[in-house]
Amino acid sequence: MDLLLTIMTASTPLLIAAIGELAVERSGVLNLGVEGMMVMGAVCGFAAALLTGSTFIGILAAIAAGIVMSLLFGFLTLTLVSNQVATGLALTLLGLGLSGLIGESFVGQPGVKIPNIGGIDPLIPGAILLTAAVAYVLFKTKAGLVIRAVGNSHSSAHALGYNVVAVRYLCVMFGGGCAGLAGAYLSLAYTPQWVENMTAGRGWIALALVVFASWLPWRAVAGAYLFGAISILAYTVQTFGWGIPSQFLSMLPYLVTIAALVVISGNRSLMRANTPACLGQSFVPDR
Amino acid sequence: MRIVLEKRGEQSNAMAIASPFIALALTVIAGGIIFALRGFNPFSALYVYFVEPLTAWWSIEALIVKATPLVLIGVGLAVCYLANVWNIGAEGQLTAGAILGGMIPVLFPTFQSPLTLLLMLVFGALGGMAWGYIPAVLKNRFSANEILTSLMLVYVAQLLLDWLVRGPWRDPQGFNFPKSITFEGWQLLPNITGSIHLGALFAVLAGLGLAFIMGRTLKGFEIRVAGSAPRAGRFAGFSREKMVVFCFLLSGGLAGLAGCIEIASVVGQLQPQISPGYGFAAIIVAFLGRLNPIGVIFAGLLLALSYIGGEAAQITLGISDKIAKVFQGILLFFILACDTLILYRIRFEASARSSNLQPAE
Amino acid sequence: MKKLLATAALAALAIGVASATASAATKACWVYVGPIGDFGWTYQHHQGLEAVKKEFGDKVETAYVENVPEADAERAIERLARDGCNVIYTTSFGFMEPTLKVAKKFPDVKFEHATGYKTADNVGTYNAKFHEGRYVIGQMAAKMSKTGVAGYIVSFPIPEVVSGINAFMLGAQSVNPDFKVKIVWVNTWFDPGKEADAAKVLLSQGADTMVQHTDSTAPLQIAQEQGKLGFGQASDMIQFAPKAQMTAIVDNWAPHYIKSVKAVMDGTWKSSQVWSGMAEGEVALAPFTNVPEDVAKMAAETAEAIKTGKLHPFTGPITKQDGSAVGEAGKGLADGDILGMNWYVKGIDDQLPQ
Repeated sequence: MDLLLTIMTASTPLLIAAIGELAVERSGVLNLGVEGMMVMGAVCGFAAALLTGSTFIGILAAIAAGIVMSLLFGFLTLTLVSNQVATGLALTLLGLGLSGLIGESFVGQPGVKIPNIGGIDPLIPGAILLTAAVAYVLFKTKAGLVIRAVGNSHSSAHALGYNVVAVRYLCVMFGGGCAGLAGAYLSLAYTPQWVENMTAGRGWIALALVVFASWLPWRAVAGAYLFGAISILAYTVQTFGWGIPSQFLSMLPYLVTIAALVVISGNRSLMRANTPACLGQSFVPDR
Repeated sequence: MRIVLEKRGEQSNAMAIASPFIALALTVIAGGIIFALRGFNPFSALYVYFVEPLTAWWSIEALIVKATPLVLIGVGLAVCYLANVWNIGAEGQLTAGAILGGMIPVLFPTFQSPLTLLLMLVFGALGGMAWGYIPAVLKNRFSANEILTSLMLVYVAQLLLDWLVRGPWRDPQGFNFPKSITFEGWQLLPNITGSIHLGALFAVLAGLGLAFIMGRTLKGFEIRVAGSAPRAGRFAGFSREKMVVFCFLLSGGLAGLAGCIEIASVVGQLQPQISPGYGFAAIIVAFLGRLNPIGVIFAGLLLALSYIGGEAAQITLGISDKIAKVFQGILLFFILACDTLILYRIRFEASARSSNLQPAE
Repeated sequence: MKKLLATAALAALAIGVASATASAATKACWVYVGPIGDFGWTYQHHQGLEAVKKEFGDKVETAYVENVPEADAERAIERLARDGCNVIYTTSFGFMEPTLKVAKKFPDVKFEHATGYKTADNVGTYNAKFHEGRYVIGQMAAKMSKTGVAGYIVSFPIPEVVSGINAFMLGAQSVNPDFKVKIVWVNTWFDPGKEADAAKVLLSQGADTMVQHTDSTAPLQIAQEQGKLGFGQASDMIQFAPKAQMTAIVDNWAPHYIKSVKAVMDGTWKSSQVWSGMAEGEVALAPFTNVPEDVAKMAAETAEAIKTGKLHPFTGPITKQDGSAVGEAGKGLADGDILGMNWYVKGIDDQLPQ
């Protein structure tokens, strides 16, 4: 039971960030800046919670920080149609620098922890609810239909009268908010403290999970939990003292992700049905 | 206020030249404001950042040394991205190249002849190609997304190197620290002048060679078609599978070569960390250079300048390393934003000519 | 000509730059491998820099570069040397070769490399005997543990870490010969999330005392959450785990830096291999908390014995994991044997990469 909880805790930030990015990618936008938005969420959430004493305000601040970062990305890629891959990378660079700057005075201060509700961290079930909500909106509502249409063929969606850019802006903001929240989970629940670079590459794993999930929300849950489980399992195996080099155990989560991806992607019809066809392509309406 | 983009008939050559300078000017202004806000004299800060590194020969050398791997990897990636092949894992290919290239001096420490160096470089390139081949095959066979697989393989390669230098390849005289023996003689690249090593020449040659291939050969045409009009490419009989393999072998090979060059020059041995993220920085370089091999050479130098300037700013003015990172991020944003000017005119309100365009908020 | 231009340009632009270079102050410079904000290794070195500033005031000028990757170290060090630093401290093992390379080019500049083993006329080394502190906490862990099992989170199998594990185990065995330790290598010095995961795994495997040779406060925080005890690392982490920290092994570089900068000022600096421990105050123990008085007393006594030289954590004969014995009876191991340690003492189940 303890172990299960450990796995869920390790998986939750990955899941939250991945679900946000999943919605972004469904609308045809590839935002590689998840790490940068996440780390900004972590520092802003931590700072706000520490200054106000309220983790709730901390969470809101983290979400806001993620959204602000994502708007920066949106302005460049959607309004100025800059390359999404390069802009996302620049966003990560900016986020890592800016968060370090903001967080300078918070290093070495114990943080505030999100209180458990009924003995469990509320964001663990929260992440599942978030997944359910995204799955519902994407596949059971008109809004979801529009998002997917925009992601699959922006010109057709445009021709049908939908405002492609506006839809993408909203999705990008949602992704930013989720990444911010995932960051807050790190600095307010997982390990309540602020240290520079504390996301330590989790934003990239979240990105990988989206593809792993073949853009289906519930598969992202499976992917995040699988990734978490294997990381924890690798540590557990070490305590047995079998003498397997720890580097090989640390490789496992990545190798398993690749293997699982190969299996899933082998199912070509599934992939064809779910990969947003316009992923990463800029859209400028023609006359 | 609405910002409306209007496509130019053809790309503006004037803007292609002017846009990096506009971006630089904007960055300088924004940077000056940030420095002033943090209580630094903006003029001296900007001077230290952009000019001072260019006023001493040794730091120009350092700049070129730093730009070498960025350019080598960047040109390969530029070709990949032009062909719509998304290799994000150059860092892993670099590591694999360093492992395979470094294997020769580690396993045969007494083998000393010009052949040693040649073999190291060949093995380095092969290592990178092999590591790059994996995502290519997974993509072709199982249509596994290459962004993900190439990225995951970065971590695997780094852990593999980590294991090697902490275990089997550790220097027996090294007090059990995670380092291989230090390379010497023909296990190191000769210097051209000062601290600039032969790798810089390779980088320039790679840039020029790929510029030629892209501009003057059928292969270059095929690559561009694969990226911009894949369907047309298929009708023309160009194989998408072969293109994926070609791109990964090319960019992987160059990244592997860069990795081997690093361990045979700057680093001089195998150790857990051989690159400060060149493989990732090169992605930015590729885009800054607008996916043009010649452009990549200049972009590599510019990014290297921002690293070295950031260091100089830390030392001379005590400007924190984080401000340097923020500054780099802003520079990139402005460059990317200004590139828009090459293909589009920007209007700030709906005019008669663009009234039927979609407003972009 | 180039230089002239540069000077002219600098003069024109540097309106607000103080004429720092004109002063006769000694310039001491640091190269950090991580961010100052890590609250661990680099943070403590930076505390040393601050202590130097405080001690010497106007007589010293300082500069530093943080977050320097190993592959970039040579340039960063050279840059400092060219900037007029009189003494440069390079604070990561990975900076060894770059330090030596630059030192060769600048014979008038003094260099000190932390945790390395190679020296030159103008390159000295310095390190701390962290294992002394680890012996003490080993004793405390064995006294306080109910299950007789400690969970030990480690970064990388370098001698400093391995000798730390051994010293901890020898300390623990001196109290409870059957004491067990479970080890998890996280392959990072610093990743709060991974360290927290490892801590949870260890606690679920029957360990009830957290020991870490990684830099974040996460393991202690987890111990506190689960009502278990543990030890801080590098900094006093008591504010992060007021109910869990028994003590912390604090790196205190200030005494060394002050002494070394003073020597540079006086012109008495000589290349040497400094390896200080608890006696010199370089390895300090945070106040004993959350332990009964008798345990605190025992720990204080052990620490005192190590300080005065009465007790050597590695007193022979020591039985290795493979059963062979090492060291002369009643004598401490030679420094070289500890600095290059790559074997475990008997009773540890883990296996070292060979």
